[in-house]
Amino acid sequence: MPADPPAMPVTLKVNGKAQTLSLDPRTTLLDTLREHLHLTGTKKGCDHGQCGACTVLVNGERINSCLSLALQHDGDSITTIEGLGTPEKLHPMQAAFVRHDGYQCGYCTPGQICSAVAVLDEIKRGVPSHVQADLTARPQASGLEMRERMSGNICRCGAYSNIADAMTEVAGVASKEMGA
Amino acid sequence: MKPFTYERAKDAVSAARAATKPGAKFLAGGTNLLDLMKIEVETPTHLIDVQDLKLDRIEKTKDGGLRIGAFVTNTALSADERVRRDYGVLSRAIVAGASGQLRNKATTAGNLLQRTRCPYFYDTNMACNKRRPGSGCSAIGGYSRQLAVVGSSDHCIATNPSDMNVAMRVLDAVVETVNPDGRTRAIPIADFHRLPGDTPHIETALQPGELITAVTLPRPVGGTHIYEKVRDRASYAFALVSVAAIVQKDGSGRVAVGGVAHKPWRVEAAEAAMPQGAKAVTATLLADARPTKDNEYKVPLVERTLAAAISQARTA
Amino acid sequence: MKFTEPAGTNPIDRMTVVGRPQDRIDGPRKTTGTAPYAYERHAEAPDAAYGWIIGAAIAKGRIRSMNLDDARGAPGVLGIVTAAEAGKLNKGNFNTVKLLGGPEIDHYHQAIAIVVAETFEQARAAAGLVQIDYERAKGQFDLDEALKTAPLTGGEEGKPGKEDRTGSFESAFSAAPVQLDATYTTPDHSHAMMEPFASIAIWKGDELTVWTSNQMIAWGRGDLAKTLGMPKEKVRLVSPYVGGGFGGKLFLRADAVMAALGAKAVGRPVKVAMQRPLMANNSTHRPATSQRIRIGATKDGAIQAIAHESGSGDQPGGGPETAVNQTKLLYAGPNRLTSMRLAVLNLPEGNAMRAPGEAPGMMALEIAMDEMAEKLGMDPVAFRVKNDTQVDPEKPDRQFSQRQLVRCLEEGAQRFGWNQRNAKPAQTRDGRWLVGMGVAAAFRNHMNMKSGARVTLNKDGRVVVETDMTDIGTGSYTIIAQTAAEMMGVPMSAVDVRLGDSDYPVSAGSGGQFGAANATAGVYAACVKLREAVAQRLGFNSAELNFADGQVTGGNRSVALRDAASAGPLTAEDRIEFGTLDKTYQLSTFGAHFVEVGVDAYTGVTRLRRMLAVCAAGRILNPKAARSQMIGAMTMGVGSALMEELAVDKRFGFFVNHDLAGYEVPVHADIPHQEVVFLEEADDKANPMKAKGVGELGLCGVGAAVANAVYNATGVRIRDYPLTLEKHLDRLPTIA
Repeated sequence: MPADPPAMPVTLKVNGKAQTLSLDPRTTLLDTLREHLHLTGTKKGCDHGQCGACTVLVNGERINSCLSLALQHDGDSITTIEGLGTPEKLHPMQAAFVRHDGYQCGYCTPGQICSAVAVLDEIKRGVPSHVQADLTARPQASGLEMRERMSGNICRCGAYSNIADAMTEVAGVASKEMGA
Repeated sequence: MKPFTYERAKDAVSAARAATKPGAKFLAGGTNLLDLMKIEVETPTHLIDVQDLKLDRIEKTKDGGLRIGAFVTNTALSADERVRRDYGVLSRAIVAGASGQLRNKATTAGNLLQRTRCPYFYDTNMACNKRRPGSGCSAIGGYSRQLAVVGSSDHCIATNPSDMNVAMRVLDAVVETVNPDGRTRAIPIADFHRLPGDTPHIETALQPGELITAVTLPRPVGGTHIYEKVRDRASYAFALVSVAAIVQKDGSGRVAVGGVAHKPWRVEAAEAAMPQGAKAVTATLLADARPTKDNEYKVPLVERTLAAAISQARTA
Repeated sequence: MKFTEPAGTNPIDRMTVVGRPQDRIDGPRKTTGTAPYAYERHAEAPDAAYGWIIGAAIAKGRIRSMNLDDARGAPGVLGIVTAAEAGKLNKGNFNTVKLLGGPEIDHYHQAIAIVVAETFEQARAAAGLVQIDYERAKGQFDLDEALKTAPLTGGEEGKPGKEDRTGSFESAFSAAPVQLDATYTTPDHSHAMMEPFASIAIWKGDELTVWTSNQMIAWGRGDLAKTLGMPKEKVRLVSPYVGGGFGGKLFLRADAVMAALGAKAVGRPVKVAMQRPLMANNSTHRPATSQRIRIGATKDGAIQAIAHESGSGDQPGGGPETAVNQTKLLYAGPNRLTSMRLAVLNLPEGNAMRAPGEAPGMMALEIAMDEMAEKLGMDPVAFRVKNDTQVDPEKPDRQFSQRQLVRCLEEGAQRFGWNQRNAKPAQTRDGRWLVGMGVAAAFRNHMNMKSGARVTLNKDGRVVVETDMTDIGTGSYTIIAQTAAEMMGVPMSAVDVRLGDSDYPVSAGSGGQFGAANATAGVYAACVKLREAVAQRLGFNSAELNFADGQVTGGNRSVALRDAASAGPLTAEDRIEFGTLDKTYQLSTFGAHFVEVGVDAYTGVTRLRRMLAVCAAGRILNPKAARSQMIGAMTMGVGSALMEELAVDKRFGFFVNHDLAGYEVPVHADIPHQEVVFLEEADDKANPMKAKGVGELGLCGVGAAVANAVYNATGVRIRDYPLTLEKHLDRLPTIA
């Protein structure tokens, strides 16, 4: 039986702190966070990019950490749910999720919140979406936009309607639409 | 996931050269490759990470088109102002696919090489001629609701799952590559993806070690750009059927269809009938359709979806 | 405390904490990722090895041989356990099929081995090196085929099954001037909870601790002990956070058994999370049904005869999907027939999924009611109102404890703008969308369950509640804190709630929408005892004490509650038990679902535009958490109406779409703003909390409301769920 390939070094900046690790090349960013750095706030729901529970921010952009090798992120800045806020000092999005009951079992929640923070930023930066009527116009932080952009985060408990309310509050806009 | 060694390539030619080693594969975003490695559908022994090759730029070409670096992410491509303005169908197709997280990671070349979502391809207990040539196709006679209706063979009825590819096809994109010996090649998108025939494991025209460096788009053709995607749920789902269409004011136009074949499906001869409408186009486009009982709905669905696209273009 | 008489006035009636929309007390932890789930116990199991479960590659047959040599020799591998290594294992009381297969295989992806290695990556890779030679046997995987010869259920042990009859259905049906006879089908559904089955097992001598994700701690503990052949006192199960269950985690599953076996084999803690692609076939699912419904009515819409016959399948020794249950109780009519047939299938084990029975049953019955209303030329709301019953139609001297179905329907109709619906289908258009509205009743029985708790008053005045109750997203932490706060007269912030540990008193657990009402009633009982102990400590003689604002007041005397614990903590333990009120009265919950859909005239895809539910379900302990239960269930109902289906490959006998890309559940973009209204209600026949459940009510009927709205939009009736586009595409309006 062939031995495993040697471990490789990688340096990640996680929630502002540099972490140098020596990893089996197969280690995903998700497992690095959960099993090596013990940052278990980032969840493994499917490990195949089909649920969004593992969403983290890499250099400010959200990705599925399950479909990324840690080695691909040497030198990158990672923000996880633990980096957004703590129970004593919640991030505004975390606080809004609590107020609007934007979660139930809580397992998809860190991914939803990381995504929600990124979505509002994407809208601000003008990243286009599937529901935009005019591709060349700037997107608005509407309920329709947020729902489309959040669709990579599955919540089987079905907290979607409340999550939209939480995001709307943080975005500081009134939402009163949602057609077919 | 089988053990593998990992390197970051420094330049394209040495990447290509490294990739001629048996078992070597390029790693770009990884959103499809790592997914498949976890279930050992893909079992590379060496990964060549191409993120440092500086293939992440979008530039104008001399003849007024766009050259899209292979490593440009789906998000960056869909958000590029020139793409949104002149190649709307491409931007629309990309944002109709996957999720925001996946689009932030997935790359242009990776999307071109995205493998099928046939559930029998994904289940290593099942026979699949893509995974193990000659083992048979368990999708034939099985659950085939989302599988191919045209261009399929007795060896494979898988579809190409990409949305981006459908737009690339309707835009006549060209895939640029570099070979291990440094030679470059320009492959028209029409020739890039293959039909399954009796070698469904050979999915593209790429040769061993050949690395995609860019995709070029010809100068803009104007018209109204539509991408209609049909799926059971409203987002984050693969297409049952999708239609990429560019419709000109006089009713002429081009159309490519996703979700129906092993490659983005376009029959140029069918496009002459665009002014007559969806029925006439579809009659030619899907003349050779050979659906299963599970997916025969796709034939009328293509016609109706194309009709929606044409109607949308008319009112745009 | 035994609950034998309707509840009188009690401290809960004050509703100063209970009944209010409180934020969840576990919210700050869940939203910051600091709530530890089963697989996340680095402190407790710092040296855990990693397990990877191998699932069978065939649906039925046997393992001829297994070659473990390559895997055993692979880097990092510590051990492999198969049925051969595990020795004799028993089957849990709640499991239909054994959790470790081999050499006989009962279903696809049945666990047949665990590979344990130093790292996750090594375990997974080594599992790929195990070589297995199977001998495939013929199995029955085709429900329609198997139902042709399937026997009736419902008989006594060892005797043939039987139909349930009241009056004379056949003669009344054939005499009825207006008749409906239609068959509806629902497919197999997957729970698809977000947290996979996961466990960490640690042995200390002959004592086993398992951190796991389980809805019913006592059931899981008992069945793990039974499976391993050890006394249950030696097993501790800990499951304080459960990342969704929906019935899928009611029972002991392979993750816990395999982790325990793996840990024993390698002499180290072992952690296992079942890989997502294994879950749908390895675990249980909601079985598919085929349901024939016949309704006969007078011309003015009074039901004279109603029959509901359902067929489903399961593994040998399994049970039927009880899809006819609600039809016994929901509508009036003197002549009634219900029956179920159960076929033996070799697909994975069928079992409870959120609202078992009623979920698929209402999906069928409430389309039938819509069809019948149309035949009668009646409004579907009016037709349901006309056939309301305040008594159990099979036992007319038995009343419902509370039944506000009519109000739910009428208030819902008014709020939703039901009068805007065109009774003639396919008349409303909004651009490319065909627009329709649909209604359905919601109905789910309430169940009484014994439930215990221990409550401690500490020196600092804080109250600690301990019970093995679980919070699977339902809000248990919060409503238990509300209950204790209300009973002891302290703020919620002074209550600590500890859940999901078999060291705590046995509770109702989470299932069948019985959790909230019964678990809080158990806490109520323990608090009553604690109040007595407090009174005694503080030297109150009066029975009429008021616990409020941290003070205990009786007569002119008022003492700080915390003083009762100054000499040491005061602990009381009790449980709620029930008499026969649920036999005297029928305890049920009711509601009405209203939805508006758009069907794309071109492609036939359906999208939700509006959703409203009006419910009457006893006292609502926390309207905020209860709303979440409702909208979550409504979302699941949209899934079952429009997309969810485990696709059966009848050749190989497995669910083909066994991951979250293949088995589609609703995403954000599928769900519009959802409105939920709870009618004022307090059910004194249910329990001292006067509460019933809502967690499943929200699912019951919503699928049919969607289906009825689709019909109203298109004029094409679909009776086979899910309502995917190909089922009506050829009958939609022709396009230009």
